[in-house]
Amino acid sequence: MTSEHIVPKSTYYAIFIILLVMTYTTVQVAYFDLGPWNPVAALVIAFFKASLVVLFFMHGKYSSKLIKLVILGALFWLGIMLSFTMMDYLTRFMG
Amino acid sequence: MTTAVLPRENYLNTDYRLRSWLLTTDHKRICILYLLTITMFFAIGGAFATMIRLSLVNPAGTLVSDETYNKLFTMHGIIMVFFFLVPSIPATLGNFLIPMMIGAKDVAFPKLNLASWYIFVTGGCFTLWALISGGVDTGWTFYTPFSTLSSNTNVSLAAIGIFIAGFASILTGLNFMVTIHRMRAPGMTWFRMPLFLWSMYATSLIMVLGTPVLAITLLLVAAERVLHLGIFDPSRGGDPVLFQHLFWFYSHPAVYIMIVPGMGVTSELIAAFSRKRIFGYEFVAFASLAIAVLGFLVWGHHLFVAGLSIYSAMVFSLLSYLVAIPSAIKVFNWTATLYKGSVSYATPMLYAFGFIWMFTIGGLTGLFLAALGLDVHVHDTYFVIAHFHYIMVGGAIMGYLGGLHYWWPKMTGRLYPEGWAKLGALTIFLGFNLTFFPQFILGYMGMPRRYHVYPPEFQALNVLSSAGASVLGIGYLIPLVYLLWSLKYGPIAGDNPWGAKGLEWTTTSPPPTHNFAVTPIVTEPAYNYAGEQEESRVG
Amino acid sequence: MTSQAAVAPPRALQHHFDSLEQQRDVATLGMWIFLVTEALFFGGLFTAYLVYRSMYPHAFAVASEHTLIALGAANTAILITSSLTMALAVHAAQEGNQKSIIRFLVFTFLLGTAFLVLKGVEYTVDMRDHLLPGANFAIAGANPGHAEIFFSLYFIMTGLHAIHMIVGLSLLVVIMYMTSKGRFSKEYHAPVEVMGLYWHFVDIIWIFLFPLLYLIDRHK
Repeated sequence: MTSEHIVPKSTYYAIFIILLVMTYTTVQVAYFDLGPWNPVAALVIAFFKASLVVLFFMHGKYSSKLIKLVILGALFWLGIMLSFTMMDYLTRFMG
Repeated sequence: MTTAVLPRENYLNTDYRLRSWLLTTDHKRICILYLLTITMFFAIGGAFATMIRLSLVNPAGTLVSDETYNKLFTMHGIIMVFFFLVPSIPATLGNFLIPMMIGAKDVAFPKLNLASWYIFVTGGCFTLWALISGGVDTGWTFYTPFSTLSSNTNVSLAAIGIFIAGFASILTGLNFMVTIHRMRAPGMTWFRMPLFLWSMYATSLIMVLGTPVLAITLLLVAAERVLHLGIFDPSRGGDPVLFQHLFWFYSHPAVYIMIVPGMGVTSELIAAFSRKRIFGYEFVAFASLAIAVLGFLVWGHHLFVAGLSIYSAMVFSLLSYLVAIPSAIKVFNWTATLYKGSVSYATPMLYAFGFIWMFTIGGLTGLFLAALGLDVHVHDTYFVIAHFHYIMVGGAIMGYLGGLHYWWPKMTGRLYPEGWAKLGALTIFLGFNLTFFPQFILGYMGMPRRYHVYPPEFQALNVLSSAGASVLGIGYLIPLVYLLWSLKYGPIAGDNPWGAKGLEWTTTSPPPTHNFAVTPIVTEPAYNYAGEQEESRVG
Repeated sequence: MTSQAAVAPPRALQHHFDSLEQQRDVATLGMWIFLVTEALFFGGLFTAYLVYRSMYPHAFAVASEHTLIALGAANTAILITSSLTMALAVHAAQEGNQKSIIRFLVFTFLLGTAFLVLKGVEYTVDMRDHLLPGANFAIAGANPGHAEIFFSLYFIMTGLHAIHMIVGLSLLVVIMYMTSKGRFSKEYHAPVEVMGLYWHFVDIIWIFLFPLLYLIDRHK
């Protein structure tokens, strides 16, 4: 059982600013030609933004071990669906 | 020995009005609601099976038209999978027993539990509407592009019905997971829980993680049909195999939703009727979780001949072999439990034996199918049909009936007639094997599945199979009759007719609405039969 | 464990729980698990997107250029702001400040509505530009079938997201009503927290949708 942790409002405002800055960044980066790294950059930034929302806005950082396990579980299963499906498509025309 | 009487106030007799049933939030009453509903669906699915087996007696297929035959096997599959097998044990026995086995008053979200039933019924209504207004002919697997572009049957309606019913499954799984995590009585640690709860937890995990993917897949099929999108249309660059990936990402774990609860029941039955703790308790518990996780890694074995990359197929084949291991561990542990146990042969135990035997056959034939080379030969033949019916009928339904018989006294306060029950179990066992064993041979000989007409050399085995199906049908009617009979005329059961361990047996039969007069405090391990054996040796 | 003294249970405590703390734990765990199901629900669409983007990179890039990046970016900023106001509403609930709860819920509601208005504008323009899959679909510079697959996914993913927004807005109204009736306090405000979890999740989905749909290849 977890007792409630009250996140200070200043933390929320800081995260908010970072999220807006990262949004601006991801748009700007999209206009640069990074070759195959464009999608990587976009996804890294998106993951970073999502992590901030989960950790701070959704109180993930202050939640029980069980909740943290639930979050990791979701990522793991999504990962399975995406990677095992792509395993087929990426190897279809090899050899 | 005192004469047993029904408890004066229990969950069944507190209120007889219809609205007290339709608005109940009592998990035990919700079990009964589901029990009635899924029995009805089983009868409908069984009626389709009857038509299929009647049709297959004749190689020329003169009983029904080709189109009708396609609809028969489609609707049989849809109803049996989504409206009988997936809910069966979880929604009935799971609902009834989970709070009782952990010493809780109800599940975590009682109103959501009731909502789940209504959602299930709504999904069922949509699907029945699809059935009555013309049927569906795509197979329960809805493969594209036939389902999205060519079929002119009620695909979207059926897809929506299953989509809705899927939500019931998700919400039930969610409810069970939270209940088991957060509502155990004092002293009920994870490793003191009966193995049935480990199985229900693993099943709930699969329901929660897999069903949403089925939901989006069916939504895409309906959207493609209605809005003429091209996501699965080859002429526009769509890949039909993508549908199969998404569909089987759920539907393979779904088969574990359908069998793991039966395994949980079997653990309870073997322990109770050997009067012994399950051998290797921790191994069986972790095996349930292992099946849940590994079960998500093997779906590609349904796509072996669909155009999957050969490298991907090899990975899926290897993983499919791995997933058999935890199931095998369970079978070894059940068998080891019997050794030096005080074994008795009441009907639930007969069903448990039947489960172990036929699940093993079904599971082993799964390994045949997991082998890439062999699968090319037997894919889409009756070998596959025999394989999954051995697991789903010989396994899951036997597990369900065994559990129903074992906990029937707890749920109703009455004993069923043991003689008739044994006859029913035997009839089902014989009828089942007569129906489905010939199908292994038919498949190996090359008879394709979903074929309305077939070469005459396959007729003898088909007739044998259909004869078996009629015996099986009678076998299912026998319990239906005597279980209903027992509600009025069965002997009063008393709190613990089996002398079994487990919190559910410490309260009355039927239990009061709030399950326990006082919240139990747990100090013993599960299946603590050893404690009493010590006593009898000393005394 | 808990003493069965003469203290009456709090009005908000449901009969099958031992304490408000257990009840709150159960509510948040339940919502988190529900959000996992939502993640896998959208995940199927992301899988389809990933597969087709890897198969038709050129068509996807050309199609993506036709999305309205200014509106998409504005909507991203709007949703992020709405997550801030939602978090501040939960904060107010933790402090038992009824007026602030309602104020921040109203802000969240208005921002969510603004999102949907802009989305409606976008859809209208898209339809005018023949980007709606179907008989009128037309695009230049790419294989039309492959580009149509992009837009099928675009409309389904953003459409499903919009439906979740509408549900979120309806739930916000319910929570606002409950707040106005004085149902919440420092001790009991789990529904506000659980509402917040749902709202943030819908924001996270958009955080991924935006770069994947709008920013594939803007540097050509």
